[in-house]
Amino acid sequence: MKYVDEFRDHGKARILVNEIESLVRAMNLTAERPIHIMEVCGGHTHSIFRYGIEGMLPKEIELVHGPGCPVCVLPMGRVDDCVAIAERPEVIFATFGDAMRVPGSQKSLLQAKAEGADVRMVYSPMDALALARNNPTREVVFFGIGFETTMPSTALTILQAEREGIQNFSVFCNHITIVPTIKAILDSPDLQLAGFLGPGHVSMVIGTEPFAFISKYYRKPMVIAGFEPLDILQSIWMVLKQIQEGRCEIENQYERVVPEAGNGPALAAVSRVYELRAFFEWRGLGSIDHSGVTLRDAYARFDAERRFAIPNAKIADPKSCQCGEVLKGVIKPWQCKVFGSACTPEAPLGALMVSSEGACAAYFQYGGIKQATAKKAGVAA
Amino acid sequence: MNMLSLPRARPLGKVHVPTVTLAHGGGGKAMKDLIDDVFVSAFDNPALAPLEDQARLDLAALASHGDRLAFTTDSFVVDPLCFPGGDIGKLAICGTINDLAVGGALPLYMACAVIVEEGVAIDLIRQIALSMAKTARDAGVQIVTGDTKVVQKGACDKLFITTTGVGVIRQGLELGAHLAQPGDIVLVNGLLGDHGAAILTARGDMALDAAIESDCAALHDLVDRLLVAAPGVRCLRDATRGGLATVLNEIAHASGVAIEIEESRTPIREDVRGFCEILGLDPLYLANEGKIAAIVPAAEADRALAAMRAHPLGSAASAIGRVCQGEAGRVTMRTAFGGRRIVDMLVGEQLPRIC
Repeated sequence: MKYVDEFRDHGKARILVNEIESLVRAMNLTAERPIHIMEVCGGHTHSIFRYGIEGMLPKEIELVHGPGCPVCVLPMGRVDDCVAIAERPEVIFATFGDAMRVPGSQKSLLQAKAEGADVRMVYSPMDALALARNNPTREVVFFGIGFETTMPSTALTILQAEREGIQNFSVFCNHITIVPTIKAILDSPDLQLAGFLGPGHVSMVIGTEPFAFISKYYRKPMVIAGFEPLDILQSIWMVLKQIQEGRCEIENQYERVVPEAGNGPALAAVSRVYELRAFFEWRGLGSIDHSGVTLRDAYARFDAERRFAIPNAKIADPKSCQCGEVLKGVIKPWQCKVFGSACTPEAPLGALMVSSEGACAAYFQYGGIKQATAKKAGVAA
Repeated sequence: MNMLSLPRARPLGKVHVPTVTLAHGGGGKAMKDLIDDVFVSAFDNPALAPLEDQARLDLAALASHGDRLAFTTDSFVVDPLCFPGGDIGKLAICGTINDLAVGGALPLYMACAVIVEEGVAIDLIRQIALSMAKTARDAGVQIVTGDTKVVQKGACDKLFITTTGVGVIRQGLELGAHLAQPGDIVLVNGLLGDHGAAILTARGDMALDAAIESDCAALHDLVDRLLVAAPGVRCLRDATRGGLATVLNEIAHASGVAIEIEESRTPIREDVRGFCEILGLDPLYLANEGKIAAIVPAAEADRALAAMRAHPLGSAASAIGRVCQGEAGRVTMRTAFGGRRIVDMLVGEQLPRIC
């Protein structure tokens, strides 16, 4: 594939791995005390497993899979709210595919669908708007989920609905914002991270400046990384290089896609349609101030939370779940008490086991559950 | 829709209404007309003609082909009914032929049960029946008995087909998922994932314009030539739902071996790769309807590969990996990038990712 295969070149990968190994030697790192680098974004987690990148890296580097999968950090109560909306007879509930399996306290959207709720899988919010156009006697509710990556497309869809005067379309807004989340991780007392691979898709929208506080106030390096395997290897090398040279900056490896100032029209749509919530609940991480957005009053008629009675109950995460510790990189997925036993992709207890971008599901799918054996065999795990 | 490739339906015959109604399932004249007009006329053969409640097959004729009967059944519920490269009728015949063929059986007879939702166009049913008849005829298989049910609107999705096949396993052949041994070579007969990608595209809910056709095909002839060239073949599996990854996991578990494949040798069409990239899907898990995985002793692997490549349905065949010692049931892939990852069983269906 043009412009894709170039970023999957085995020979170049070998050169980069050699460079990383040289840096590891120069830094006197040891396998007993490895350096921890967090990839914030679930897309990176997915690529790391898909291409077997962990297995290519020296043992002195440990990748920590962060909170950047929006499906994984959705609290159980919000899933219950989705189900409550979806089960209303007048509603067509439109959602991205991987949100359908997230467990609520009673059921997932997939189970609600099996019981008769009209839940439709869509590939963009515009598809949901088309559903509204084609079903004028029904209420179409789009499940707005995701970080700044998907936030603009939901905003633009609302603006389109407004222009067309569509009355039967609304959004159940669960969009979240990455910066306060990284801050919450940095404030964590058990933090063990030496640096970050920054989220490429989010940065494509917001640019690199919003991450400046990470290097400035927390003295941690971050490299905004692309999603192809060579992007990831190069970004790891760049983080190590910063640490070795005593630098602490926000660097942009993904320059071919990420403009330093972000995407103006996307940001304009976002600020026109949304405002920050005082706080938003995250699965595994608790409540984080100003970490979610809601629709502004001017767009209240497109806001499913104002249009329908929503239970809005706070549901505690299952006690046995250690999603929070995995998200913060304190433990590896297989070290969770319920990984592969009570919590599997078939019957996920924690949301990290749901989406293919979730650290636990990725370990389960690409790493298997017998970590010790896998490591012995030199398999990415 | 690739309706153009279907045999042309005749204008209304005995059935003088445009759509199926509950009367067509009522057991009376309407039902008889539907069966005669649509199915019997299409499937026409001596074993079906008496229209008894069962087909009566000559045992001596069966025994002349081999020493064991192979017997299989499968149901087909695809949406849409017609898609680039095939339709539900062709799929129902090919799927059952392939289930017989991968056991080393010569497919001979088939039963066909259809469940139709009221309101479906008679013309569509007729075209699908003609497609089944043509596919069976081309494969040398006779559809010798069947059943038709009509259900109320909403009780099924337009048309479901169940096909049951009978074949005979040739003397001396012993194929099984439990027979793979370390050192064996893994072959596939061509490009993977075409059917899954074609169906997802044909559903038309992704606004993706990819010209991908299903690989739907009957593989018994290819299997026949493969077994002549490499009589030591241990195991054959058609990589349908769950794709190649699922089939390899089944073989690795059943044989208590590990399997390692090479991404760079695994043939996948450029369009399908692109399609999977956009949706965050893995082509190893996409369904195929004309692809088999073969586990072949290393000494016969070259001959087996050459036999596959000499067949029109195997021109893109490839040796993609090998059976090895290691943890029983574990399938791994060496990525083209230089890493190594585990290829596990699929959990649920693949769902496109958010971003």
